[in-house]
Amino acid sequence: MSEARLMQGNEACAEGALAAGVRFFGGYPITPSTEIAEHMAGALPALGGTFIQMEDEIAGIAVVLGAALAGKKVLTATSGPGFSLKQELIGYGCIAEIPAVIVNVQRTGPSTGQPTSPSQGDIMQARWGTHGDHPMIALSPWTVRESFDVAVKAVNYAERFRTPVIILLDEVVGHMRERVVLPRPEEIDVYPRRKPVVTEGEPYKPFKPMDDLVPSPADFGTGHRYHVTGLFHDETGFPSGNAKLTKDVTHRLHEKIMRAQDEITHYDEFFMEDAEIVVVAYGGTARTAYAGVEAARKKGVKVGMVRLMTIWPFADKIIKKIAAQAKAILVPEMNYGQLVLEVERVAAGQAKVVSLPKYDTEIFTPQEIVAAIEDLNAEVAK
Amino acid sequence: MNRLPHIWCPGCGNGIVMKAIAQAIDKQGLDQNKTVIVSGIGCSSRASGYMDFDTLHTAHGRAIPFATGIKLANPELNVIVITGDGDCTAIGGNHFIHGARRNVDLTVVLFNNNIYGMTGGQASPLTPLGKKATTAPYGSVDRAFDACELAKAAGATYVARSTAYHVNQMVDLIAEGIANKGFSFVETMTPCPISYGRRNKLGDAAAMLKGMSQQAVPLIAYEKMSEEQREGKIPTGVLHKSQFPEYCSEYAQVICMAGEGEV
Repeated sequence: MSEARLMQGNEACAEGALAAGVRFFGGYPITPSTEIAEHMAGALPALGGTFIQMEDEIAGIAVVLGAALAGKKVLTATSGPGFSLKQELIGYGCIAEIPAVIVNVQRTGPSTGQPTSPSQGDIMQARWGTHGDHPMIALSPWTVRESFDVAVKAVNYAERFRTPVIILLDEVVGHMRERVVLPRPEEIDVYPRRKPVVTEGEPYKPFKPMDDLVPSPADFGTGHRYHVTGLFHDETGFPSGNAKLTKDVTHRLHEKIMRAQDEITHYDEFFMEDAEIVVVAYGGTARTAYAGVEAARKKGVKVGMVRLMTIWPFADKIIKKIAAQAKAILVPEMNYGQLVLEVERVAAGQAKVVSLPKYDTEIFTPQEIVAAIEDLNAEVAK
Repeated sequence: MNRLPHIWCPGCGNGIVMKAIAQAIDKQGLDQNKTVIVSGIGCSSRASGYMDFDTLHTAHGRAIPFATGIKLANPELNVIVITGDGDCTAIGGNHFIHGARRNVDLTVVLFNNNIYGMTGGQASPLTPLGKKATTAPYGSVDRAFDACELAKAAGATYVARSTAYHVNQMVDLIAEGIANKGFSFVETMTPCPISYGRRNKLGDAAAMLKGMSQQAVPLIAYEKMSEEQREGKIPTGVLHKSQFPEYCSEYAQVICMAGEGEV
């Protein structure tokens, strides 16, 4: 594992999931995510795991949720259209508290869109795609190596918080090949499946929250015999239409994630000491943004950068901090302007927030980023 | 008992089918701790919540792929699927045919009440031609599926049909389905006097059960009937049996091959 290898982002993502203990993959072929399924089809049986190609995208997530309940760590992978189709069952995973990782290698949409073109168009769908109130964890790597790390983190978070976790790759990172040195197995922290807690003399309560607000329901087939449903349910798992229960469960589902926000929210800061302009970027766009920021620095512009690995929950603390420090924040994204809305919300007028959207199927060039930084620099200097 | 009252209407046949499943499980001597009941959405699918096993009430139409995941993840579990006519043959139709095609060792029990009961009586793909529903107030112009023929054509290795009137037969057929190592499909006809019978003047629950007793004809007798005699009759009993390797056993061989580096 410690040798240098030439590897694709999609492949690194699959390898990371395996390293974190994923032993079940179900999915449906879709560009540009298919290499993940192909990699799993070869690798899983050799590890005693199971790969199954399902009849459609919905079955792809249903089968992994079933496998997760029966004790496996699970992964499915898709792209925009398939991600839309999976949304109902992502919500099922939220309310039934089933650990599962969904990779979405984003492509240009809506609908069939531009199937082989890069995009970051599913930022808001990742957060709000399924119906109703629910929390969400979504991570977006910017390198091939980080695709491995993010997959490990995603599997761990899914198990730790008993919730679906989304990996937002973009086509740039998913299909790019880079030289990587992967960590040795002993260097990887793996969060094990939570163990059921039984109180003597009481009926089994699979959905009773632990101190961290996360329940520890038993794997099916281990003798605890309980009910799982997508209806609001009490601690035994049985459905309830009670108003207070509905409110309390909704609140707990959010709180179990938000209480751990600092643990989940990862980002990098570059050139931030004296930055008057800050570029906030993520995924493949962050690579070009970094080159642009470096070039603008050489031209004497006081520009810094925050690179978000965690998209949801949103990194509001760091954005609040930079809004207080900087004059302006530039948000380049390969979409019509999505995460910039969150940046604006959190900056709350303290710093000028400027969207730099790109939705013509091309990736950013460093020159475009430099030009936008220089324009903004000139504007705030006025 | 703390789960009573149940959600079903007076005269509903779902309780009869649910009891038949429990009796079939008992008859086959399945380990209660190694048996999982998976259901979709609809009146029938609420049965899972009343049964003392690991039970999973999934999303509309998706019981079979959830069940597939459970069985593949832990092949030692006995997995039984409870589904309704709309759940199985409309929104879940694709999963149904592919489940049959794969031949994963699942026993799918279809509660066929010919209607969407929970949403108040809309036409399903098993509502007979000409019958009324809230969404077919002039009578359905959609041709109904024969779910058993569909299962057979898609590759199910055991297909049977019974009615809520023929309880002992139903228990035996479900038990045989459990014993079959592969995708087993048992259609059970169950009366819905409130949302289907009333609108179609089929009488109360007792009258509907009596109607089923007159409709049902054992397959052997049905095969000897003329086209005219078959009018209004439905073949029951074991309708189809075939041999095909079971999916989990086949995948176990893939694991062996991969372990020996034969890719």
